[in-house]
Amino acid sequence: MRAIQPLSVIDLTMAYDDFILQQNISFTVERGDIFIIMGGSGCGKSTLLRHLIGLKPPQKGKIMYADFDFWQADAAEREKILQRSGILYQSGALWSSMTLAENVALPLQRYTVLHPPVVRELVEFKLSLVGLNGFSEYYPSELSGGMRKRAALARAIALDPELLFFDEPSAGLDPVTSRHLDELILELRDSLGATVIMVTHELDSIYSIGTNSVFLDREAKTMLAVGNPKTMAQETENPVVIDFLTRGTGKRPR
Amino acid sequence: MPVESPAWLQRDVVCHLWSSLHFRTVTSSASYRFIPTAPGRSTLQLSGCWKASCSIPELDEIFGRLPAHLDHLKITAEDSLNWDSILLVFLSHFLDHCRKKQLAVDLTGLPEGVQSLLTLARKSTSRPLNKEKVQTGMIARLGQGVLDIFARGRDLARFTGEIVTALVLLFRGKAYFRFRDFFYFLQNCGADALPIVSLISILVGVILAFVGAVQLRIFGAQIYVANLVALSMVLEMGAMMSGIIMAGRTGAAYAAQLGTMQVNEEIDALRTLGISPVSYLVLPRMLALICMLPLLCIYADLLGIAGGSLIGVWMMDIPLYEYFVQSKKGLHMWQINQGIIKSTVYGVVISFSGCYQGLHSGRSASAVGEATTSAVVMAIVLIVISDAIMVVIFSL
Repeated sequence: MRAIQPLSVIDLTMAYDDFILQQNISFTVERGDIFIIMGGSGCGKSTLLRHLIGLKPPQKGKIMYADFDFWQADAAEREKILQRSGILYQSGALWSSMTLAENVALPLQRYTVLHPPVVRELVEFKLSLVGLNGFSEYYPSELSGGMRKRAALARAIALDPELLFFDEPSAGLDPVTSRHLDELILELRDSLGATVIMVTHELDSIYSIGTNSVFLDREAKTMLAVGNPKTMAQETENPVVIDFLTRGTGKRPR
Repeated sequence: MPVESPAWLQRDVVCHLWSSLHFRTVTSSASYRFIPTAPGRSTLQLSGCWKASCSIPELDEIFGRLPAHLDHLKITAEDSLNWDSILLVFLSHFLDHCRKKQLAVDLTGLPEGVQSLLTLARKSTSRPLNKEKVQTGMIARLGQGVLDIFARGRDLARFTGEIVTALVLLFRGKAYFRFRDFFYFLQNCGADALPIVSLISILVGVILAFVGAVQLRIFGAQIYVANLVALSMVLEMGAMMSGIIMAGRTGAAYAAQLGTMQVNEEIDALRTLGISPVSYLVLPRMLALICMLPLLCIYADLLGIAGGSLIGVWMMDIPLYEYFVQSKKGLHMWQINQGIIKSTVYGVVISFSGCYQGLHSGRSASAVGEATTSAVVMAIVLIVISDAIMVVIFSL
């Protein structure tokens, strides 16, 4: 089995037609990292994620999964890599016409040849991992926002992925729920041995679970800092990064 | 002096030997063995591949091999154990069984990831709330159906009422009404619909002429093809065909637009601003279609007659001029007006169906799809019903 970590991005330029969003982006994600992609609104965090998960080709530069150039590979190879990744979209992106069980079952049906009863049991198990056992027959529209996020997480981990991508997992959740979600992500990372790549601007999450990060800036159109967010907050000299990491107060966390 | 080993140990050693022999040959599959540690205590050692791609032993099989008189079981794993969620599902069931048998299980010998995931899954914070399917008898379902019809009727009446009040407010200049939207929809359901309406009406004219020609030629009355086409286009087909095209084209679009707005809570946002979605969203759409459908109907009438003339001129050698004079002779202004009145009514029912279904759509992708379907079905049914009613009224 080919190990797909670490993920590395080499000299990436992201652009919408002529409008350059970010350039000269390079970083490496180590195995077991919780890698945070942060930056102010509109700086291209989500776009970077879309590049990583194969939804938008880069204008320039490479995205390497292990020694494997993601965007040079053909579609089938790319799919093989994505099959080992779980993705949690910003608004959950659960299929609204399917029950939770069907939502979680679809990746399993797509990529494995398990018997339906086994799939059902796996689905129940995944839902119980995120604390949603008993909700398998519910439709996404019947759930609260936090439950929908957790259900989407269950779908993301359906295939025991090695790489987990999160797009603002705690957006729209209350502080307690979002802390629970952080803990859950940590727990799943440790138990599944996965690597997490997360777009977020929740400072609490960034400090409490992030082990490595990259800071993108809209004005500079490039990354301003790379590294562990806690050290970054202590050591960076860049005023924009300090502003962001201290919520504009300039007081560095201890 | 050799100490004779106790009976329980001998039996388990045999079992152990047997299972290790048995499983050594199949390295890629899930394997396990019981290792006795003390009287009443045993260790279940897992090894091999416990993954979705391997075959996992049945629970019954394992419990069948369980040493007798056991009250404590420790589960351990070999270092080389290969696992994914299938192992967790298996262990989850295994633990449920053990709990039923009141067998104490020690999981500390398992990899840490397995332990923590199992704890997480069995923490079971949520109460099983799965919906019960209420079984109802036929009478109850029938009753519910009737009540639903009444509820639906009330909804329709309320929506009609809202439209009327919005209209009154509009004419008194007190409604929020976006003229930009109105002009956009005018173009959208007027000029933009011309190509499809042209194509269909010409073809309908051709078909009518063709069918009529075959019959009329028998009597040598080919010239009356012109009357036939002109009358049927003006009285029925012009209004009907343009109505059905617009039901599929515009009515469906209205339902989908409003349904998606409902999903995105855009309608709620309007309501909380104190803006009636009916006057803000429904009226521009409705008025635009009501203005445009009669014009489309006249256009369809003309093109239908032109289509008929193609057949008349080419197949039946009627001079073009004579064909049009004959068409004109066969028509009265009142007949043309009938078609225009009909198409105005169709404009009302199409936009009504589209907007009603869109505003009453559920909040999911499939619900928007259902709303769109019902909008088209409702529009076409209403078109045919209102046509029948108007035909009767006009013939009085």
